[in-house]
Amino acid sequence: MALAKRIVPALDVKNGRVVKGINFLNLKDIGDPVDAAIAYQNAGADELVFLDISATLEGRSTMIDMIERVSSAVFIPLTAGGGVTDLASMRAIIKAGADKVFLNSAAVANPDLIRQGAELFGSQAIVGAIDSKWDDVANMHRVYVSGGTKPTDLETMAWAQQMIQYGAGELLVTSMDTDGTKQGYDVALYQALDDVIDVPIVASGGAGDLSDFVAVFKSGRVDAALAASVFHYGEIAIPDLKQRLHHEGMVVRL
Amino acid sequence: MSKENPFIAVIDYGAGNIRNVMKAIDYVDMPAKLTKDPAEILAADGIVIPGVGAYRAAMDKINTYQLLIPIQKAAANGTPILGVCLGMQLLFDSSTEFGETKGLGLIPGQVVTLPQKQGFKVPQMGWNQNNVAIENALTRGVKDEFTYFVHSYYVKTDVKYIAASVDYGVQVPSIVIKNNIIGAQFHPEKSGEVGLRVWQAFADMVSDKAVIA
Repeated sequence: MALAKRIVPALDVKNGRVVKGINFLNLKDIGDPVDAAIAYQNAGADELVFLDISATLEGRSTMIDMIERVSSAVFIPLTAGGGVTDLASMRAIIKAGADKVFLNSAAVANPDLIRQGAELFGSQAIVGAIDSKWDDVANMHRVYVSGGTKPTDLETMAWAQQMIQYGAGELLVTSMDTDGTKQGYDVALYQALDDVIDVPIVASGGAGDLSDFVAVFKSGRVDAALAASVFHYGEIAIPDLKQRLHHEGMVVRL
Repeated sequence: MSKENPFIAVIDYGAGNIRNVMKAIDYVDMPAKLTKDPAEILAADGIVIPGVGAYRAAMDKINTYQLLIPIQKAAANGTPILGVCLGMQLLFDSSTEFGETKGLGLIPGQVVTLPQKQGFKVPQMGWNQNNVAIENALTRGVKDEFTYFVHSYYVKTDVKYIAASVDYGVQVPSIVIKNNIIGAQFHPEKSGEVGLRVWQAFADMVSDKAVIA
C-alpha cells in the first residue's frame, strides 16, 4: 500500500515561542511550542515543522532548548530549520531530538552543506527547502533566498535536482505565488517537479480550504502538504481534513 | 508476578539519535540506562537495541565493545530484547548492506535492500499501515494502525516470525517475534500514540506483567 499522505502543520518560532500563538481548540492562544505540538499530535498531525525566525544567537539557542522540550513530550517526526548555516547547528538540532533539518538560503550559498549533512546524518534527515516564484520575464520558476526577499539566478527544477544530487532526502517547496493567498496550492509547480525528481515532495503555500488539499494530492505526486494559518486559527480541523481525504479515496492516517 | 525495580539497558553503540528512544521509554515510566557495559547489559531486565545508521558500522561497534556475547547470553536467558529499525535488522543472521555483514544471529533471516518498484520510493519514509498476523499483547496495539518508517533495507525471514507487516510493493515485516526477541522495523518512538503502546507493551513484558510470546 502507498504511504499515507502527510498533513504537516508548520509553526513559526521566535525566541522559543510560537509566533502569534495558535488557537484551533478555541482556547486561549497557545504560545508555548510544547503545548502547541501536543495539541497538533493529538489532532492527528503526521509531522511538525518548526521554522526559527529568531534573528539573534540567543534566540537560536532557545530554539535548541525548545526542540529538546518538544521531543520529550511529542512522539511524531519533527523537522526544524530556519537560519541553519553550518554543520554545528545541524548537529545541535538533530541531537536535540529533531528527525530532520531543513536547509534553504545556506544551501544556495554553500551546496556542500547538504552533502556534509547527508553524510553525517543520512539523506533521510536532510530536507532541501526551496522558496520559488514564477518569473514571467525569464519564463521560469525562480529560487528566492533570505525568507523570499532575494532572487537568485537559480531555476527551481534545476536547483531541486541539484539538492537531491548533493544528498537531500526530501524537498519542501513553497510557492511564493500562492503563499498567503488561500487560493490553493501551486499544483502546476509540483507537477513540473514530479517530472524531474524522485524524493518525497512537501507542498507549501496557498492552503485555504479542504478542497485545496484534495487538489494538490490528486493532481501530482505530492507526499505531504504543509500549512500554517488554516490550522493555527482553526479554519481547518485536521480530523475533518483527514476524513475528507479518506472519502476521496486517499490513504491517510486516521 | 511483577519484578522489583526493573530497568532496561539501551545499547549505546554510538550510532544515531538515541535520545528519542530514551524519552519514549521514560514516557511509559520504565527506568532505562544507556550503556555499553557488558555486566550492566547482562543484569538488565530488558534490552533495547536502537538504530539509525549503517549495519556494518553498528556491528563493528558492537564487536569492538565486546557486546555480542553479553547480548546473546541475555537472549538465551530469556531477557526481553527489542530491536528498533536498524536495531531490528541487527537481530538477524546477516545483511547485504555494504557487502555481507554478520548480525547478532538471534532470529534466522537476512536483511536485503528494498526493491526499486514504480510508486515505491526507497527509502520507505513515512506512515504505513500494519497487517497483524500474530495477535498478542504487543501487536494488538498496532493492528490496522499506521506507524512511522524510515529504512532502505528490510528483513527476509520465516513467516512464523512475522507478527505484523506492511505492504510496500513487497511484504515488509514490521514486527518480528521469536520468543523473547522482538523487532520493530518502524520507529515506535515516532509513531504517536500507537508507538507508545508498543513501548508500554514492551515495558510490561520487561516487568513481567505480560507475556508476549
